[in-house]
Amino acid sequence: MSISLRDQACVSGIGETIYMRGSSSSAFELQIESSLSAIADAGLSPKDIDGIIPIGIVSGTADDFIENFGMPDLRFSALIPHGGASPVMALQCAAAAVATGACNHVLITFGRNVTGVSNNRAGARIHGMPQFHYVTEFEYPIGAAAPAQLYAPMARRHMELYGTTSDHFAEVAIACREHALLNDNAIMKKPITLEDHRNSRMISDPFRLLDCSLESDGGAAIVVSSAERAADLRQKKVYISGVAEGHPDMPGSITQRPDMTSLGIAKAARRAFEMAQVSHADVDLVELYDCFTYVVIRQLEDLGFCKKGEGGPFIEGGRLRLGGELPCNTHGGLLSQAHVWGLNHVVELVRQLRGQAGRAQVRDARVGLVTGYGDMGDGAVAILRN
Amino acid sequence: MEVISKPVPQDVELSRPYWQAAARGELVLQRCSDCGKIRHYPRLLCDACHSRRSDFVPASGQGKVHSWTITHHVFHKAFAAEVPYALVTVDLAEGVRVLGRWDGGELSIGVPVQAYFNLTQSTPELRFRLA
Repeated sequence: MSISLRDQACVSGIGETIYMRGSSSSAFELQIESSLSAIADAGLSPKDIDGIIPIGIVSGTADDFIENFGMPDLRFSALIPHGGASPVMALQCAAAAVATGACNHVLITFGRNVTGVSNNRAGARIHGMPQFHYVTEFEYPIGAAAPAQLYAPMARRHMELYGTTSDHFAEVAIACREHALLNDNAIMKKPITLEDHRNSRMISDPFRLLDCSLESDGGAAIVVSSAERAADLRQKKVYISGVAEGHPDMPGSITQRPDMTSLGIAKAARRAFEMAQVSHADVDLVELYDCFTYVVIRQLEDLGFCKKGEGGPFIEGGRLRLGGELPCNTHGGLLSQAHVWGLNHVVELVRQLRGQAGRAQVRDARVGLVTGYGDMGDGAVAILRN
Repeated sequence: MEVISKPVPQDVELSRPYWQAAARGELVLQRCSDCGKIRHYPRLLCDACHSRRSDFVPASGQGKVHSWTITHHVFHKAFAAEVPYALVTVDLAEGVRVLGRWDGGELSIGVPVQAYFNLTQSTPELRFRLA
């Protein structure tokens, strides 16, 4: 017998710290702060949490939470080691856990400090991670140190094959920045123009500075509860209607990917839409993982919003901006709000579907889609509705 | 002045034959001893037949450009004197892909290239020139 996870679970609580650079709080302090805030938002006590998925291994473990919360009976814990894909993959894991009764309330929680307490930038950080061992052995010694360099050939190939341009990338950056300016908890505070993008420093061609996401400190957390239990909690219910994960072939390095312009999310998208029983036209807004501008364009293709190769023209004319046909990253995204592995994307989508998104609120938002994307191509998609 | 060295790969038993050949300036690739499928980067199992038996065979070094990037930002201080430099992704004639440094000249998809190792570095540096 198989059960569908459709609408079996809700995101019942959301929490975030202030996002910043140069935080004096440790990753774990930031994680605890956002966790307590998400639990209170749901109307729960820390002792009610009986499932936990810490994101990554960069902050607290399940044991740390049992000890600090005095959790009487943690019944479910999992670790999902797929970088920025982990938060949305965790939605699937948590939904399955509460739908089957393994536990009632799962805390998905993340904290990081990469610019303050520990100055540990991505170019140095990833080489200690086991999933990057091929990159570390074969690519790092010749000068391919950072994600910007590893992702750039995907973007370059897409440009060469399909005519995607740097100005298309700029449109993603500008849309995210416009939205960040409406968000008091976004790090970037100044508007940017197409000229600013064209003039921004080249990092690793074709990526300019304004194509790259932020390095930032902060914590984010959500609580996933069974739909039945969420009915008794504080907030308007936001259902997990469809959720799926997918992995690219040869995930360990982009160099070895049979089609380097194809992502794991292509495999996940169909499953998520089928589960949710919605069509693309039903989706009111998207929060797409945006480690680099190009990745947003590419995901729109793999998600089926447009055909492969047509992502550049698809986003022209302000389609991704508030007021456009498909508002994207209404919080500012990793590009302009903060980089907390995309858990901020889930938080924002829930806020939108509750009608709590303030100046960035998409009117009458009913159905939204959020993606996670990590470790060079692992992906996950969730479709939420109110 | 502090000298910052380039990163050196850890010794991994599985790929030791690759690096030993590279130190002699030879490009070799792992081949399944049972079904003959060439694979790269080196790994434990053949993903076609799941055999663990493998050997390393000489590669032609001939290939075609698949994609590239030109790095301007210094991500690692040991490369500070080299920016901007190009990293080129190459489809080798043997059917696998590699990442190497590029000697220069205009890049476009499909350009025929030839591999060689630069042995003046702490680690043999895979490089490509126009074929």
